[in-house]
Amino acid sequence: MNRKLKQSIYFGLFRVSGWAVVAAIAVLIGYLLFYGIGAINWEFLTQAPRVGMSKGGIFPQLLGTIYLMALVLIISIPIGILSAVYLVEYQKNKFMKGVWRVVVHNLAGVPSVVYGLLGLGLFVLLLDMGASLIAAGLTLSILVLPIIIASTREALIAIPPSLREASIALGATKWQTVRHHILPYAMPGILTGVILSLSRAAGETAPIILVGAAYYMPGLPDSLFSAFQALPYHIYALATQTRVALTGQSLYGSALVLLMLVVGMNLVAIMLRNKYRKKYRW
Amino acid sequence: MVIHVTDITVRQLNVHFDKAHALKDVSMRIEEKKITAIIGPSGCGKSTFIRCINRMNDIIPSAKVTGDVLVDGTNIYDAKVDVTDVRKKIGMVFQKPNPFPKSIFENIAYAPRIHGTKRKEDLSLIVERSLRRAALWDEVKDRMNKSAYDLSGGQQQRLCIARTLAIEPEIILFDEPCSALDPIATAKIEDLLIDLKKDYTVVIVTHNMQQAARVADRTAFFYLGELIEYGSTRDLFEKPEKDLTEQYITGRMG
Repeated sequence: MNRKLKQSIYFGLFRVSGWAVVAAIAVLIGYLLFYGIGAINWEFLTQAPRVGMSKGGIFPQLLGTIYLMALVLIISIPIGILSAVYLVEYQKNKFMKGVWRVVVHNLAGVPSVVYGLLGLGLFVLLLDMGASLIAAGLTLSILVLPIIIASTREALIAIPPSLREASIALGATKWQTVRHHILPYAMPGILTGVILSLSRAAGETAPIILVGAAYYMPGLPDSLFSAFQALPYHIYALATQTRVALTGQSLYGSALVLLMLVVGMNLVAIMLRNKYRKKYRW
Repeated sequence: MVIHVTDITVRQLNVHFDKAHALKDVSMRIEEKKITAIIGPSGCGKSTFIRCINRMNDIIPSAKVTGDVLVDGTNIYDAKVDVTDVRKKIGMVFQKPNPFPKSIFENIAYAPRIHGTKRKEDLSLIVERSLRRAALWDEVKDRMNKSAYDLSGGQQQRLCIARTLAIEPEIILFDEPCSALDPIATAKIEDLLIDLKKDYTVVIVTHNMQQAARVADRTAFFYLGELIEYGSTRDLFEKPEKDLTEQYITGRMG
């Protein structure tokens, strides 16, 4: 076979693979838009479901998902970023660094339903939080920690050591160096991890079913210790427990809202990232 | 009248990196307001040596330093000494220009700010004075808010020098400051070094023997972690006492 032909074949393969990814996303979004866009209106976003979920909206579920994301944001993001800073910038023991990296990588690979079991055993039962928003928030926080830690770590080690030396050599303390240089320069990478985590928190279904998401409940959660509803479980419930002939539009509408929530956050992340990249480039 | 002495006395300095013995029993006195060059082949310990003088080796976990480095009569390795004070008094300029990815102004203002200068007017004064002293002011005065990365390599290195001057050090250490620069930028830095020794004690590591000959008052030759020979630059280059030194400066080694 001649070289030019070989090259065309391989280029063809690359091209097909590249477009396959785009096509898969286009089909997914097109499908959801086609079936779901009709459901989305103000009422859908602001009202509770009625008539066996076939009418009304998804407000309690949307609110529950936003609550969960807020809890994850408050709990796991500071812990994740600070622990990554500690282990990259402060921990000197190479062995401990290695152990910690293996632990984080393994945690990232644990199936989410196992985190659900952990949350059920630890938060719901042992610590007696009950099936609640806080139990779910804590469970999801543990679940996304490895993502935040890994991406923060990548961002920190990508900063040239010469910049740390520059600050240290001027008589800055380690903390001043971290505060004024390391963290700001690492921000684009850290934000990427934060957004990925929030998207995970918004989309995870299995763990929250175990620790507090209700299939259906009247009213809204009135405290951190109430049960709640969330979009992913709502989608699951509509798809498996109702007659899709009646609830189909609501089902696709819910999926579309969840998707838009995640895509919207990713857009915000990209904007923030570009802003920081422009500010600090090396 | 207080006589301010900023010479450096190094006694029995040893550095180990894990099992490697990088610096062996180095003792020398570096004179005040002179330029002292440290020369030697790659891996001879000259950078390790200079990084002992402002305790930069502290940040390398595997480095173990023993011996004394006396500055103004105080051993900077004494447990009572605050390492940030040491580095405020002894500035350092690195091999590759390493400005912060911030504006020109912020690059210089950072150090005075962390050392307690808060007022904007004071900071502006320090920034201007430092840039003038580093012979960079005229080139950057109209673009103080532009990124330091828009400057050329030589300008970046002078910015790094200005950044060090802003902490008002007494000693400035240069770790091969011209190795990433072209000859014209190098000449500017060398002129600046000679100008700086009026006010500062300067130590420069260089692998460029001509550079040592051009700028240094005294020169030390290191080989395999040992100080082989140390004396006035002229003596060392014209009538070296040790064979090793002669081999190195005549290009038969390294």
